[in-house]
Amino acid sequence: MSKVKVDQNAADFIYMDDIHQPTHDKNLWNARMKRDTAASSIPEWEQMRDLASQIKEHTLTHLDHYVQQFVTEATKRGVTVHFAKDDIEHNQTVYDILKSHHATKIVKSKSMLQEECEMGAFLEARGIELIETDLGERIQQLSGEMPSHIVMPAIHKTTADVAELFARTIGTDPNEDDPKQLTEAMRNNARPKFLEAHAGLTGANFAIAETGAFVVCTNEGNADLTASIPPLHIASIGIEKILPKTEDLGLFIRLLSRSALGTPATRYTSHFMGPRESGTEMHIVLTDNGRSRRLGMEDFWRSLKCIRCGACMNTCPVYRRSGGLAYGATYSGPIGIIIDPTFDESKFSELPFHSSLCGSCSEVCPVRINIAEQIGLWRQRMVNINESSKTLHYAFGAVEKVFANPKLFRLAEKAAYYGMKLTPNWLLYHKKLNAWGKHRELPEIKKETFRDWYIKNRLKK
Amino acid sequence: MSSLEELLAAIRQNLPAQKVDYPEIPTYEKQGANLKDKFIVNLGLSGGESYDVGSIDEAKEIMQQKLPDTRVTCSATSEWEGSKSIHDIAHPRELEDVDLGIIRAEFGVAEMGMIWLTENSLQVNSLGFLSQHLAILLDPDLITENMHTAYRKIDFQASTYGCFVMGPSATADIGAYLVRGAQGARSLTVFFLKQ
Repeated sequence: MSKVKVDQNAADFIYMDDIHQPTHDKNLWNARMKRDTAASSIPEWEQMRDLASQIKEHTLTHLDHYVQQFVTEATKRGVTVHFAKDDIEHNQTVYDILKSHHATKIVKSKSMLQEECEMGAFLEARGIELIETDLGERIQQLSGEMPSHIVMPAIHKTTADVAELFARTIGTDPNEDDPKQLTEAMRNNARPKFLEAHAGLTGANFAIAETGAFVVCTNEGNADLTASIPPLHIASIGIEKILPKTEDLGLFIRLLSRSALGTPATRYTSHFMGPRESGTEMHIVLTDNGRSRRLGMEDFWRSLKCIRCGACMNTCPVYRRSGGLAYGATYSGPIGIIIDPTFDESKFSELPFHSSLCGSCSEVCPVRINIAEQIGLWRQRMVNINESSKTLHYAFGAVEKVFANPKLFRLAEKAAYYGMKLTPNWLLYHKKLNAWGKHRELPEIKKETFRDWYIKNRLKK
Repeated sequence: MSSLEELLAAIRQNLPAQKVDYPEIPTYEKQGANLKDKFIVNLGLSGGESYDVGSIDEAKEIMQQKLPDTRVTCSATSEWEGSKSIHDIAHPRELEDVDLGIIRAEFGVAEMGMIWLTENSLQVNSLGFLSQHLAILLDPDLITENMHTAYRKIDFQASTYGCFVMGPSATADIGAYLVRGAQGARSLTVFFLKQ
């Protein structure tokens, strides 16, 4: 796989026009502010984060036990549980279940695991008609793009983009750009598809070992339509989604949507404990796809605690600027940076450098994943395995030498002043060389360095 | 395809050596909280409305005023007779023409303004999601404080499906504008009425 050129992708987004990037930034920052308001209204919030983190770490350090218990309990309730070690097995298993039921028309709600396995393309190539029913996912499906955010898949698109897309693909009036009318158009377009579907596919936010139940959280009601109408329900569940007990959900449901969007909870928190009525079936595809291997990575296993709320993306200054598609991966933003390289170190080697290491992601993470620290460790790893960008490698090498030598440092300070003064703006803000320059003036560099000032004003006085 | 044993073997090979204990989880109940008032405020945040009523007829009257164009009503509770009988439904898709679905909630959660529904209260699960609008009956004495206390009330062996519903369905997937009435109910009205 060729390397994801995250800087170039980011530049494409930033330089698209003067609307997309600022709107993206504003919308995500709003979500972050709403998260802060929601969190500060709960006195026990920080303690809840500690407990949620501890429950996840407990489960992951005893994962064999809880997987076994979950499978036993779900099976008791009449659910057929399948096991997939990787994406290929996952997709093949889903296809085999569909085929044995002669299911060719399916509806699905959002599942990051199914995205990760690229299941849609796999099934479509085998003649399955697949409809994404989450509005944002449907927009991305019609655009032929990956989701750019794990909670708001089409947040990088403006209303005008969606109006143009819907006019082209589902026949809405091209001049209709009212979000309410566009949502209504998709509601009416999707409804018959729910009614005639042969099978419904979902993911899961949580799976409970104690009862064999799994939980799906949505705002649109699409997962419940997906599960309540067709006679066959297939859920794709990653092994890290397991929690020991029902009471754990109290914590996680309180944390999830407040962290994601600043709302108390999602509109629907749906619990599935077995097939609906006689004549219907429920299947779970319990999937590893690199998770057990990640569990063995001393520096990175805690990324498995992630509950996919997207808070780290909303707060990240680099993500808000570059857009989610720049990461070229199912998982973008800070959490993507620490997960994606576990799938392919070479392809995603530039991702860890796409961060300011400000640490805001770790501060908002509801399960206290040390995201920023892991990004730093991934940088080291990329340098050690020689996968970091050569330009950065030499640049940091030079910086190291300069910082280690006071004389060289003083010389560099002076050089920066004259360098900046002499460099024309067209070069400083060149879109290929410095994608971050747009809308951002560099501060003026003073001719007098701090050292000069200190010697003049403080020394000897 | 892989087996459970293969999956477990892969996990065991990679389990972190240092184990973490399972913590005690408090229920964070607050002294003297007025649960019904909290429920009303939080239901309002998600765009749901609520009314105190003394009878089913009063609730019907309010719905008639709110949604005068309602034709097909379908009720999962014997207290309120709809125009379409839920007992005659052979396939969940047959509820697609329902304008107003009527359901008695099993309990409410004050912290979120949520109601709990299972196949026992829905009769046919799709009633909760295909209905254009929902009218929910809730006994005000059956409101629990928060998610911790809520999960202690649920018997997961007693049903195969259960859902916390918080107001009408919603999305903000187009330009981050909040739109109510995404794929599920367009509106949700709660009537406080003892069982």
